[in-house]
Amino acid sequence: MKIMLHLVLFFIFAAVCVGGAINLLAQKHPINSALSLIVVMGSLAMIYLLLGAEFVAAIQVIVYAGAVMVLFVFVIMLLNAGVEERTAQGSRVATVLGIPGLIIGLSIGIWAVSRVTGLDKIQIGGPDVMDNTAAFGNPQAVGRLLFRDYLLPFEVTSILILIAIMGAVVLARREE
Amino acid sequence: MGIGTFIIVSIVKIVIAVFVLLTAVAYTTLLERKVVAHMQNRWGPSRVGPFGIWQPLADGLKFIFKEDVTPPFANRPLYLLAPIIALITALTSIAVIPIGPWISLGSIHTPLQITDVNIGLLIILGIASVGVYGGALAGWSSNSKYSMLASLRASAQMMSYEIALGLSLVGVLILAGSFSLRDIVDAQSGTWLGFIPKWFLFQGQIVAFFIYIMAAYAETNRIPFDLVEAETELVGGYHTEYSSMKFAMFFMAEYANMFTVACLASVLFLGGWLGPVFGPPIVQSLLPVLWFALRVFAFIFVYIWVRGTLPRFRYDQLMAFGWKFLLPLAIANIVVTAFVVALR
Repeated sequence: MKIMLHLVLFFIFAAVCVGGAINLLAQKHPINSALSLIVVMGSLAMIYLLLGAEFVAAIQVIVYAGAVMVLFVFVIMLLNAGVEERTAQGSRVATVLGIPGLIIGLSIGIWAVSRVTGLDKIQIGGPDVMDNTAAFGNPQAVGRLLFRDYLLPFEVTSILILIAIMGAVVLARREE
Repeated sequence: MGIGTFIIVSIVKIVIAVFVLLTAVAYTTLLERKVVAHMQNRWGPSRVGPFGIWQPLADGLKFIFKEDVTPPFANRPLYLLAPIIALITALTSIAVIPIGPWISLGSIHTPLQITDVNIGLLIILGIASVGVYGGALAGWSSNSKYSMLASLRASAQMMSYEIALGLSLVGVLILAGSFSLRDIVDAQSGTWLGFIPKWFLFQGQIVAFFIYIMAAYAETNRIPFDLVEAETELVGGYHTEYSSMKFAMFFMAEYANMFTVACLASVLFLGGWLGPVFGPPIVQSLLPVLWFALRVFAFIFVYIWVRGTLPRFRYDQLMAFGWKFLLPLAIANIVVTAFVVALR
């Protein structure tokens, strides 16, 4: 019962996610594309939630659907970007063979990566269908991983981000 | 509890919560007009019913019967979507807010909360960050320069103060050790010396409470941070072009957000529903809800009081206050709290 409900929800949100991504490419106006990207981010958060990663789901909404995409929308509004101008169609061979080829290539890649890294053990429904312990995606587990097991990579990443922020400030000030 | 009972209980709780919230929102507008009127030596609404108590109903009817104008050069789909986003996000937050302990009705044992999730606080922050789109899209899609300027102000202001707001809550989270709002209230139970309650406000989070109030006023676009709808500069804010029920939806969203902020303040800093409980069982199960409602009422009253007292900030002052004062103060509060907890 629980697994079936999870499956149904997974297919709903997966469909919304893929639909949003296709709409993102199809839309001509940048603000519609940005809004489709928000839909994609939101449904990704729901899929994280179905996998039992509550903390990551919440952060996905707060950081990506919230903060990052607000900046996107903000920039589009400030620049008052107009409707996109399409260039001439590309080659027909690429259109016909490209999409199936991409799907096959990506599937093989994902299969190989998940076999090597053990990602294929993760299932819809979260920790109780996985073979490891119950503490998996809750804030405590994520905190323990970030601040104990992976403390050094975490700190290095934050310093990298700090340098990027300083660099952006310096580059923006040079104009004066 | 079977799945059927669970669904029925959940639906009943949702209906009650939304009904109570919307009624409270309607009557807060009356309270605000009355309180501000008395502060300015006026009477306020007094014609519709005794003391004007049917005024919210009259206002609601007026909104419904007003002509609904859509500007000819507006981006129609987004123009319709914006008030929907604003209202939905404002009403959804109430789902994770606990208003009382567990109660039992016959065989049904349920918390006084629509749902208790272990990331409750993060859900509220996430919904709040999505709510920004309501204002941003309203201004952009109206295709009017005043709405546009107001929505740019609104987005910038909400993004800036969301950081201070989020960081001010970290001190409480360190002390409580949980994101679940129910656990956070439970962590505040007990007293010192028998009469000083162990609310997080008295556990050294008074600076965080100050930052939270400032950031919350800015997030809900209230005086002294209501730059978004500064009438003398921007006509009426990002909803200048909206009329009838669409305007009412923004209006309801603003007041519902005030309630979310007030509920969150009670839960995080003021001990939630905790208080003296006595009397027969039925009174015992309802008293906590009364204590919670009193805290929320006090917070809303202070909101209105501040509105009747303070002038509006200038825009550069608003940004400087947020980034140069509240943000460092919030980080300092986190560092000090973390040290105290680590050394304990």
